[in-house]
Amino acid sequence: MSSMTRPSTRPVVTAEPAAKPARVRKSRVDPLYYLFLLPSLAIFTLAVTLPAVLGFVYSFTNSVGFGDFDFIGFRNFIAIFRDEGILGAYGFTLAFSLVTVVVVNVLAFLLALGLTSRVRFRTALRTVFVIPMVISGIVIAFVFQYLFSNSLPLAGQSLGIEPLTTSVLANPDLAWLAIVFVTAWQSVPSAMLIYIAGLLTVPTEVYEASSIDGATPWHNLRHITLPLVAGYAVINTVLGFKNYLNAYDIIVGLTDGGPGVATRSVAMAIFRGFEGGDYAYQMANAVIFFLISVAIALIQLRFTRGKGGIAA
Amino acid sequence: MSNATRTIPAQPVAPARRRIRTGHERTNWPATAVLIVCTLAVLVPLYVTVSMALKTTGQAVDGNAFSLPSPLTFDSFTQAWTLTNFPRGFMISVFISVTAVIGEIVVSALAAYAIVRNWDRRLFRWSFFYLLAAMFIPFPVVALPQIQLTGMAGLDNPLGVAILHIVFALAFNTMLFTAFLRSIPLELEESMRMDGAGTWQVFWRLIFPLLGPMSATVGIFAFIASWNDFMMPSLIISDPELQTIPVLQKMFQTQFSNSYNVAFASYLMAMAPAIVVYLFTQRWVMSGLTQGAVK
Repeated sequence: MSSMTRPSTRPVVTAEPAAKPARVRKSRVDPLYYLFLLPSLAIFTLAVTLPAVLGFVYSFTNSVGFGDFDFIGFRNFIAIFRDEGILGAYGFTLAFSLVTVVVVNVLAFLLALGLTSRVRFRTALRTVFVIPMVISGIVIAFVFQYLFSNSLPLAGQSLGIEPLTTSVLANPDLAWLAIVFVTAWQSVPSAMLIYIAGLLTVPTEVYEASSIDGATPWHNLRHITLPLVAGYAVINTVLGFKNYLNAYDIIVGLTDGGPGVATRSVAMAIFRGFEGGDYAYQMANAVIFFLISVAIALIQLRFTRGKGGIAA
Repeated sequence: MSNATRTIPAQPVAPARRRIRTGHERTNWPATAVLIVCTLAVLVPLYVTVSMALKTTGQAVDGNAFSLPSPLTFDSFTQAWTLTNFPRGFMISVFISVTAVIGEIVVSALAAYAIVRNWDRRLFRWSFFYLLAAMFIPFPVVALPQIQLTGMAGLDNPLGVAILHIVFALAFNTMLFTAFLRSIPLELEESMRMDGAGTWQVFWRLIFPLLGPMSATVGIFAFIASWNDFMMPSLIISDPELQTIPVLQKMFQTQFSNSYNVAFASYLMAMAPAIVVYLFTQRWVMSGLTQGAVK
């Protein structure tokens, strides 16, 4: 990045000193540029950096969100590691994210393969498949909530499938599957579009050549398509994890964390800090959550190197 | 899986060429059929929403979501309209979305331009990475202090939510705009400066129009994200009277109670604007997502 722009500006400055005023930016910057940058830096600092620092400080206190408080060191953090409710939320969120990432990637890749092959009505099909992306998570969750708790049990009764005769949302062992389902329903489209972009970068000549050499479709898929879209799979995994770890809207609409606390996500646990009076405690939780999110993102970004990933 | 026609190898080279060429035009009907069946996964929930909204309350409670409405009634829409005070929620959602769209485009474009043109200066380079760091900070992490701060600053209202949407999209948008700006040749700009135009004019008359397609993409995603969001408004906006459409759906869950037809009419009115905008702006939605991923 830096190597791209630097050589182009430096030689110019040395070669023709002060000949073209516009180009001698090394010496003087138009103050207007600072003004252009200011709004972003200001709102980012006030709305993200400041709360982040405040939250970090609060996490070492016993504040309830207002009034006096004392610094209590790492006591919040130690308590969190013994808090089964919060550990449960982490367990649920991580397991849910992992399963959803796999499900979404498989479905999105298969749809992308289909939509880049010689199918009819390609544009119309793609238009339909993208619709879930533009529907509000909580609203579609309410629609599915009705289906899961009213229509699915009816179908289960008439078909005689025992686990489906009652609402899956009320079943602590199955409710998370409903959340995976609706989350996947909503996030397959964006992953699919990224895979389509990836598949379109593979020149058709490659397939033609390998077919002439007698390769089967399966061979093509394994040895040409999959390696070439591996980078896109990483992008989808990074973006997916980023969303699923913060799961909130869809869960609120489907189960609201229940039954019991079976599907309470980390975000839901943190937000409870505002009602429950354990403000500083949940800030400590947020700090831990932040560290885990960054760790997961960094692990994934390591894989993007050299694969045409997102990073600059 | 999708290439029945590709599997005719072992032909002499010249005929094979022709065969492949004709194969290009042949439709893969099995794959088409499978994909058409797959669209049911998208269309059935939408059908359910529409058909439930058109039922009477009596029919809607029977639990059979897939039956056709009989008799057909539009009463549920008027009921949902007045019950949730739809016009007010709609105006608030529109206000947040429009502010977020304009704010995201202008703020990110300005920053990206300043950064790209001054990349050789440390302050601008570091600002870029500082803004990018936002990608690692999800809203839940800073939510609690944010709720406090917006309350103190008098921004626990739709305006505050719009600003937060701008902030949390800043990293991604600035990245998109900087990537795009790097491909715009400096010469264009320099000739304009030679004619005496300042940075301000160069940006608004030359750069900003050039950024058009990218702004369209950023704007549409800003609209979809802010229109559909539940998490931020539900936590930041303190006055229930100022809540957005998605939050209203949650607030009225208990009042909808067994009037499922009213509930679904309300859901339909909540989703429709985003779907309509998407159908008219598809082109930018598709290109935007892929550009964002590849850059």
